Amino acid sequence: MDDATRSLISDAVNSQPQSTVTVLSSLLAVEDAIGYIPKEAVEAVALRMDATVNDVWAVATFYPNFRFEPPAEHRIEVCWGPSCHVMGATAIIAAAQETLNLPDEGDTPDGKATLRYNTCLGACAHAPVIAIDHHLAGRITPDSARARIAAALQSAAAH
Amino acid sequence: MTTQTDNPSSQPAPEATDAVFDAILAEAQRRWQALTAGDRPWIRVGTGLAGEAAGGFEVVAAVRDALARGNVSANVSEVGTLGLCFAEPLLDVQTPGGPRVFYREVTSELAQRIVAEHVAGGHPLPEHAIGYLGEPDAAPNGIPSLNDHPMLAQQQRIALRNAGHIDPSDLYQYVANGGYAALNQALTAMTPDEARQEVLTSGLRGRGGAAFPAGVKWGFLAGNPDPNKYILCNCEEGDPGAFNDRGILESDPATVVEGITIAGYACNANRGYIFIRHGHHQPIDRTRAVINQAYELGLLGQNILGSGFSFDVEVALTGDSYVSGEETALMEAIEGKRSMPRYRPPFPAQVGVFGKPSNINNVKTLAYVPEIIARGGEWFAGIGTPADRDNGINGSSGTAILCLSGDITYTGLVEVPLGMTLRQVLFDMAGGVPNGKRMKLLQTGGPLGGVLSASDTNLDLVLDFDVFRAAGAILGSGGIIVCDEDTCAVDLTRNLIAFCQYESCGKCFPCRMGMSHLLEVLERISNLQGTEEDLALMRNIGENMQAGSLCGHGQLGFNPVSSALRYFGDEFEAHIREKRHTGDCPELLISPRLTRR
Repeated sequence: MDDATRSLISDAVNSQPQSTVTVLSSLLAVEDAIGYIPKEAVEAVALRMDATVNDVWAVATFYPNFRFEPPAEHRIEVCWGPSCHVMGATAIIAAAQETLNLPDEGDTPDGKATLRYNTCLGACAHAPVIAIDHHLAGRITPDSARARIAAALQSAAAH
Repeated sequence: MTTQTDNPSSQPAPEATDAVFDAILAEAQRRWQALTAGDRPWIRVGTGLAGEAAGGFEVVAAVRDALARGNVSANVSEVGTLGLCFAEPLLDVQTPGGPRVFYREVTSELAQRIVAEHVAGGHPLPEHAIGYLGEPDAAPNGIPSLNDHPMLAQQQRIALRNAGHIDPSDLYQYVANGGYAALNQALTAMTPDEARQEVLTSGLRGRGGAAFPAGVKWGFLAGNPDPNKYILCNCEEGDPGAFNDRGILESDPATVVEGITIAGYACNANRGYIFIRHGHHQPIDRTRAVINQAYELGLLGQNILGSGFSFDVEVALTGDSYVSGEETALMEAIEGKRSMPRYRPPFPAQVGVFGKPSNINNVKTLAYVPEIIARGGEWFAGIGTPADRDNGINGSSGTAILCLSGDITYTGLVEVPLGMTLRQVLFDMAGGVPNGKRMKLLQTGGPLGGVLSASDTNLDLVLDFDVFRAAGAILGSGGIIVCDEDTCAVDLTRNLIAFCQYESCGKCFPCRMGMSHLLEVLERISNLQGTEEDLALMRNIGENMQAGSLCGHGQLGFNPVSSALRYFGDEFEAHIREKRHTGDCPELLISPRLTRR
């Protein structure tokens, strides 16, 4: 791990804006800063919170938003909540899998993109919804999903 | 401006408090006047969840760009949502002294035209307008009143009174529109008991799902003598199909901050947390912005408004976990742990977050509180449905804040008096199902709620917590997903159970194993490989989950299946006996197995 990343972790853990600082709030701060939870971050959080490394791992592994390897360049999330489901989310997921050549959730081998299914992105009134690098797009069709994902892959890395 | 003193325990005269508030109000009104009746037009763009999904931020950028390039002077604000989500991005222009003209489905190109022709040129574009707000004699040519739009005409907006109208990050705009008058009134003219009595009188029932009377629940905490007590506001809102909590926080977070402060006063509590799921920034950033301003203005912190009452509020974030919306799991998450429910007793009013007495309220519940204090509990109690205790109806006062999505003409957020029928909401207001199709099914109250047939009997159900429960559904969080004739009831039920399985926290085995087993059976039935025994098997699993689960997730987790069997049993039988699909069933069954470790 390079010094820059190490210092990003340290800043994230040690300068949280709210007054209640916990293991979970520290992990979320690290995820916001570098997009994943390396073992160095687990150690930093354990030190800051006077907790064991095991305690921190227990929390980190419970919440599926945390990942433990460096993030891919782009994050593609497709909502499969019931509003999106009835408006055609399955076809959007199929289009995303096909565009990224992935059989399921996960990272592309070239590290370009991560595909995740999201339980609800919240813009149900514009279902079906996808989020590309945390930016929502609604009333998606399989074609517009393919186009948006292709455009994202051409753009600069989000991380 | 701060009003902190070194002696928070002293009780100043009420006039002193009024004077502090009056100074804030005067500044707020001066700023509002400059915005709405000054010499510059004011452009507001909807950037709530639906606004963002429809391209609201691109529109904001296009507006700013067009203003700069045309050298046009105007104020631009990002607002939350007016609730007309189907029409997002919604942009409105208020010219000095003129009406507000609202434009629907605005693109970047249209935004540039609006800036050139309306903002700079003074000529509205009627062909793109959805309506106007303002004095009737100021009606722009051919543009109808926005209040005559069917989706708005029958609303009664209490919690959503400011949504879409004010900049959610600017506390002064909230104050200029009546905000914080209620807190000032409570601090100057009411004892904590009197403030709580007003909420009791209002009959306000908790909007998180259980519909327990809020004033009674506050009483449990108020009666605890511990000097450190917490008020928790739950905006976890993991319910797919529900977006009203986040809608309130991204449109008018100040009403929630004022509401939690009043709750703190009424319960003699000294600390509050507003609990939000990490990941989507607008509700979090906007809530934090108004909390910071409230501290700067002396509306939070030590000795609020010089009254001697002190209260602190902060935002607490959680990771992705639906169960962290359960009240004891929420406390675990605030403490930074895995959000798994606790055993009860002890109950939160005795031992809550960090071991201290605590009280949990939904966002919507707290959003009503300022208006209840300002206008009186009797006023709120007069809205809604009366009690009919012989028939198990306890009365539901106030409004329902409903999220309409799925196969419905006008999707979005509406606030209507309890007592309206589903038919009035879904047909008169929301325009029914588009494309000439038949309304078949309603999914209400989140994934643990129910699947209702859109039968005449069910469409005549009045919005009332107890009436819904008797029909096998939950009004709960207010999500209503409408499905037309193409939707297969079995497939939708499988989708709901896939969610429930994915979100089971894993602490107790009836839920953890029951959900997985139910999903396995439903996938089998969806694949036309179900057997005659599967229906009885699912009932058996469901009964065990209901009896043996630690929290509502498992206890209510069979609701989607039991209600679907009640209303659409024939579709399950068609899948099992006739090996026949009953709608557009996808071949790819999405049921993520990646889950908690």
